[in-house]
This record gives sequence, structure tokens and C-alpha cells, in this order.
Amino acid sequence: MMKKRWQRRHIVEAFVKGLMLVSFLIMAGGLGAIIWTIVANGLPALTWAMVTQIPQGGFYLGKGGGVLNAILGSLYLAGGGTLLALVFSLPIALYLETYLGDSEWGRYVRLSLDVLWGIPTIVYGVFGFIIMLAIGLRASLLAGIVVLSLVELPIMVRAMDEVIRRMPVDLEQAALALGSTKLEVAVRVVTRQMLPGIITAILLAFGRGIGDAASVLFTAGYTDRIPTSLMQPTASLPLAVFFQLGTPYPVVQQRGYASALILTIIVLIISISSRWISANLNKYTVK
Amino acid sequence: MDTHIRVRNLNAFYGKQQALKDVNIEIPKRQVTVIMGPSGCGKSTLLKTLNRFLELTDDTRISGEVLVDEQDIYASEVDVTEVRKRVGLLAQRPSPLPMSIYENVVYGMQIHQMHRDRTSYKQAVRHYLEIAGLWDEVSKRLHDPATSLSIGQQQRLCLARGLAVEPEIILGDEPTSALDPISAQNVEQRLLDLKEQYTIVIVTHTLRQAKRLADYVIYMYLGEVVEAGPAHEVFNNPQHQRTRAYLEGQF
Amino acid sequence: MNRQIQTDRNKANLESEGRSSRPSVVARNKQNQLAKRTFFIITLLPMILISAITLVLAIRSWPILSTYSPKDLFLGSTWRPDNGLFGFWPYITGTFWVTIVGILLSVPPCLLTALYLSEYSRSFTRSIAKPILDLLAAIPPVVYGVWGLLAIVPLVEDVLAPLSKRWLSFIPIFKVNQPTGFSIIAGGIVLAVMIAPLIISVVYEILRTVPDDLRHASLAVGATQWQTIRQIVIPRVVPGMVAAVVLAASRALGETMAVLMVVGNVAQVPKSIFDAAYPVPALIANNYGDMMSIPLYDAALLCAALILLIVILIFNILSTLVLQRMLGKNWA
Repeated sequence: MMKKRWQRRHIVEAFVKGLMLVSFLIMAGGLGAIIWTIVANGLPALTWAMVTQIPQGGFYLGKGGGVLNAILGSLYLAGGGTLLALVFSLPIALYLETYLGDSEWGRYVRLSLDVLWGIPTIVYGVFGFIIMLAIGLRASLLAGIVVLSLVELPIMVRAMDEVIRRMPVDLEQAALALGSTKLEVAVRVVTRQMLPGIITAILLAFGRGIGDAASVLFTAGYTDRIPTSLMQPTASLPLAVFFQLGTPYPVVQQRGYASALILTIIVLIISISSRWISANLNKYTVK
Repeated sequence: MDTHIRVRNLNAFYGKQQALKDVNIEIPKRQVTVIMGPSGCGKSTLLKTLNRFLELTDDTRISGEVLVDEQDIYASEVDVTEVRKRVGLLAQRPSPLPMSIYENVVYGMQIHQMHRDRTSYKQAVRHYLEIAGLWDEVSKRLHDPATSLSIGQQQRLCLARGLAVEPEIILGDEPTSALDPISAQNVEQRLLDLKEQYTIVIVTHTLRQAKRLADYVIYMYLGEVVEAGPAHEVFNNPQHQRTRAYLEGQF
Repeated sequence: MNRQIQTDRNKANLESEGRSSRPSVVARNKQNQLAKRTFFIITLLPMILISAITLVLAIRSWPILSTYSPKDLFLGSTWRPDNGLFGFWPYITGTFWVTIVGILLSVPPCLLTALYLSEYSRSFTRSIAKPILDLLAAIPPVVYGVWGLLAIVPLVEDVLAPLSKRWLSFIPIFKVNQPTGFSIIAGGIVLAVMIAPLIISVVYEILRTVPDDLRHASLAVGATQWQTIRQIVIPRVVPGMVAAVVLAASRALGETMAVLMVVGNVAQVPKSIFDAAYPVPALIANNYGDMMSIPLYDAALLCAALILLIVILIFNILSTLVLQRMLGKNWA
């Protein structure tokens, strides 16, 4: 009486489940496919020279050198941008949670952060470019850092906000009960509890910053040298990839793939580290 | 005793933790069986094995057999949706579907395509709402959203909804604990009326309710069945020390 | 004023024991107030930034908006800045086509994946899905572009285009009019993969807001899981799903780098998905160098950027409002 009958509804379910499984596998396989393509094409050209030298004369025509200028440039840009964003993100995130909570104003602020996150980076780049020109600043490391910090700000605040919101209310109450002011609670208790999450947020923003081309395209310029001052233009890995791929020489294009591989490796390292941190540094946090 | 459900060597696990240890019981037909015991003893888990709801939770495992009319509901050729049609469940918190009152009752019937036309559906809806004791209160507003009912009415609606698919067995997971005393009494009365046609198995954590309702009692402690038998025997003359302790502790 | 009483009492207690009171509660409260005010100003930053960006773009595009009529600008098809001709139409339609293709390719599988993760999968599957999605989201756009160049453009050129030529050429939008794979479909495929993690994770969160009680209620009367999903779960979350798609569209509209590398950058009004196109972000990115030398060129490009920004802002605000309401505390 309870034997399986191949009723229509069961067939439909099996069919849909099959579609779902296929979709899921495509997504999982997609990541593998992408990484495989980058590795397979980039690895052959990934030489020691690529990572340790700056472009020599004729680099874009096939002669010697490497992309050290771009690697360091990207690290400087993203590093500076992340630091600058951090200076503003942490207070905003702390303020949001400690004072605003779920208030009306808090919702407006969160909405504007989400909107900022949705603005394409090319718009940030153009905006930065205009301001840069207006104040007489030329394409430079500094300009790139400022624009990147604008790009990273919404990401960082959102990630921190997510972490801070998960904080157990009792912890806050306990600290307040001991007579701390709200500021002290914010600084001493919340920050400590949230440290792993904050670090993860920072890494996340850094990862996005280092990969972005559109925002630094106009603002950081490009050069074959490693910048020695904030006022000099700087190369960046995404742009290095782009320019190398734009030449008609296969050798140079190959190096472009290798540069893309370098960038991917950096981003993967950051991503995996942040997972590791959030998994392992949660020792002292209260759940 | 006419056995409706027979449980043989049932073990249930949540991950590595064992929730049911070697359960062997029989549940009589057309009587009210009450599963009772202190918190965490496994009564809800046992109930959920009877309509294969346990497998809805991640990482659960069972071994053993649950036989309804001598057919193992866990056999691989068995259709789980048919099992759930035969073994209905009334949950602790009333969960009306986000539809009108009428649509709630009709939902199960349409899933199984149990009637031919609009009229017979309508008649069935009326029939089951009457059995649940809700018809008089809602006959004039069948198309109002189910959430507009009071919580006691919602639970009776859930009862009607469950009855509409013509089960043989009705399970109740503390079906009145979320209700106010009057609604609770109402639902209890319905269940007592229903035992003439259905086998009823209820989990409760109140001894008083157990005494009011039970024809047959199963007492559980820490995942094991300590004692099981006709109500008057278990309540008046418990065989095991544990059972006695529980019965006395409640006073 | 309990604080004040406590302060005085504390001070009195400490002083009676001969100890000097530490940084007094009064001073700490002052610190609190100052910080509160500073923080408040800082939280104004996001809103100020949005307004500033929009305003600056608007001001700088004014010259071209005041010189040409909107009709000439937006519907015009010729783009020859040195002749003073600025017709946005090819770029607008190019953007439109690539985004639509990207959305159409991405949404169905992503919805299915999100449903699978939410309704059917075991927690083990979910625990490997999350890192995969996070990694996909972290890959830089330029790397997606490289992948597109290496894998997708050849795919279009060698596999999809010939297939379409053979079987589908009677349908205009599938006609193959050019030999290379640098096309809208290539851009669409790359975009689809790029926005997938967003769609999947947002829709998943939305599905999780449906309480399990409702699912159980349906399953308890013997419905199959798919019946439950179709009749109970999905109807409840349709607005959220729409919002997720709109949000993803707003992201797709603004994606510059990856699309630029595979879409061909040919300014034409597309007739088929196998045509090349020139989306607005690519237009801006490719021409920044020439911006300053030709009159009105920069204003034109900024005007294009402004239009793009306004559309994206509208999509973004609407979808975020809906999603914030649906997800409440879980909006992340």
C-alpha cells in the first residue's frame, strides 16, 4: 500500500532535483575551471625574473624584465588604501552598533553604505580623477590610495558591521553594568571580541582593493619603476595584465597570463588566510 | 491488544549522540497512547520516527524497524510521502500555511488529488472543519487568511488540515502546550472524540494531561523505554522504580 | 542622573579611604560625548560621498547636456568626437544587451543552486559551497577577463557560433555576423559567472528566512519537497528574489574590466548576441586618455558615466530596501 508509485509529482521532483544538482556542479566546477585556465596558461611564463625584476627596456616588445613594479605597486596601493579605509571604517562600524543599533538613522547609514558598495569602481575612478585634477594632483600613488580607500570603505564597514552585529548582547550589558561608558565598551570590549572578525574584514577589503583596475586606471597612472614617493605614479598588477595582453607579441601575452596568475595567487592567499583566521583565532571570543 | 504500530530494536542518533536506545514497543489501535517522561528523554524523537520526520534534520540516523500494520515504513521501496499521509502530525506550535482557512484544509487533499471536483472538495473541507470543532466559528469567513484566527483556532485548523488527508494515525507533539487553557481543553476533547476512528499518539510533558488522555502509556527516560502498558496499570501499579519516581515527583 | 549620584558616591568613598579618585566618571562621560559627536560626523561620510559623486559627475556633464538635446545624445548613433558628434545609442544598447544576456544566463542556474543549497543539501555540501562561492567572489575582474579571453572567446568562436550558424540562424538575435568570438555572448557568459556568487548567496539568505515550521506543516500532510518549495516557500520570497536579480543587474551594469576584454569594443547597435558591442563602462575606460584633448569629449564621457550611475543607483536603492526589509538583521 505504501509502495513507491511513480506519480507525476515524484517524477517532477526527481527532474527538478537533477537540474539543481547540475547547476550546483557547474558552479563548483566553474571555480576549478577558472583557476585551471589561469594556472595552465600562466605557469609556463612564471619565472623568477617575473617576480623579482622590473621591466627592462623593450619589455613590452618581448625583451627582459619582470613585473615587480606592478606587484609592489599593487601592494602599496592596496595596503595604503586599506589602512586609510580602516581609519574611517572602524569608527563608523563601532558607532553603528554601539549607538545606532537598529534605529532609523542607522538604517539610512547602512542603506547608503550598501549603495556605495554598488557603485561601479570605474565611477570612483572617474570621480577621483576629476577631484585630482581640480586640486592639481597628478596621477600618483597617493591619488590611487585615496580612491581605493573610497572603494574599500563600504566593503570593510559592511563586513565589520556583520561581525559586530553578531556580538552577544549580554557581553555589552555586562560591560555597561560594570560602569563603563558606551565609548569604553566600544573600544575595550567590542574590539577585543571582534578582533578576528575585524581582521577578516580588513583582509576581505584588501583583497578587493588589490584586484581592482578601473579605479586606479586614471588615478594611479602607470610606470615601469617602483614608486619611491607617494607623489609618483605607480604600476598595478591588474593594469600590468591588461597592458601586456594588449600587445601583439605572444611572449608578452604569456607574461600577461603569468601576471594574472601572480595576482590570483595573492588573492587566494588572502582569502584562505582570512578563513584560517576566523576559524582559529576565535579562541577568546564569547559565542 | 490490536497493534497498529510496532517498533522493533529502534536506535536513533543525532550525529554521534544516541537519542533512542533499543526501543521496542507496541502501540494499540484506536486508543490514545501517551509518551511521557522528563525533558530530553527522547519522546519527541521517538514520535518523529513514526512519521519519518526525523530524517528532516541533518545528520540523523536510525537503525531498526517501525512497522505500521506490519509494514516497515523505512523499507527502501516505501514512499515517504505516503507514510506521512497515513501518519499525520499535529505540531506543538500551530503553523497555519500562509493561505486562507479554506485553502489550508484543502492543501493536503489537492496534493494527493483526493477528490474530483470543486463541490466534493468543499464538502470535505466542511466535514473536517466540523470534526475539528471549528466549522461554526469560521463558516462565514472561509476565505480569510488563516493567520487571522486565534492561536487555539489555528491549532484546530491544523488538526482539520491533517485529518483532511485521511490518515489512520494522528501524532501529537505536545499539541496543547502552546495554547491557553480553554483552547487546550478544546483540543484535548477533540482528540478524545477522534480516538474512535484514529489511533492517537501524543507526547506530553505534563503528567496531568497524560492521566486525562491516556489509554496506553509509554514512559521514557534518557532515550530508553522504561515501562509501557495500559494506563490504569502504569499509573496505579508501576513496575519500575524509575516510573514510580517520575509519577511521585510530579506531585 | 543615577550616574551623577554614583559618581559622587564613588568619589566620596574613595576619598574617605584616603585614595585619590581615578579619571573621574565625569571626565569619562565627557570623552563619551565628544566621541559620540565625532563618530556621528563620520557616519555622515557615506551619504556625503554618494551626493558628491553624483553632483560632480552632473556638473561636469553639464556642458554637453546644454549643448545637445537629450534626443540627439541618447538616440544618436554616430560617435565621432572630433566632429562633435556624440551619439550614445550604440553604447547604451551595448550595455543593455550584455547585461540582459548575463542576467538571463545566470539567474536560472543560480536560483536552482540556491534552492538546492537551502532545501535539499546536507550541511556538508553547504560547508564546501560557501568557500567556493567566497573564492569566486574574490577573484579580481581582470582575472575573469583573462579567463574569458582564454576560454570563453574561443568557446564562442569555435563551438557556439558554428552551432548557432548551423541550427539557429533563422532567429535574428542568434545570427553570426562576424568571425571572431569577441561578442556580447562572451561578455554575457563572463558576467554571468561574476554575478553568480551574489545571486546565490542573497537568494539563499532569503530562503532561510522562511521558517521551517511552514515546511514541516506541508511535509506532514505528505507533500513532496518540491511541492512544498513550489507552493509554500517560493511564493513567500518572490519579492526578495526579484530584488536579488535587480541587485545583480546593477552589479552587471557597472562591471568594466572583464567585459571590456571579451566584448569586442565595436561601437554598433547590436543585432545579435554574437555581435561585438561597446558597453558604457568600456567606453569610459578606453578613452580616458583622449578625454582632455577634444572639446566636450570629457563632458560626454562623464555624461555617459552619469547616466550609468543614475540607473545603477535606482536599481541598487530599490533592491536594497526590499532586501533589508526581508532579511532584517541578517542583511550582510
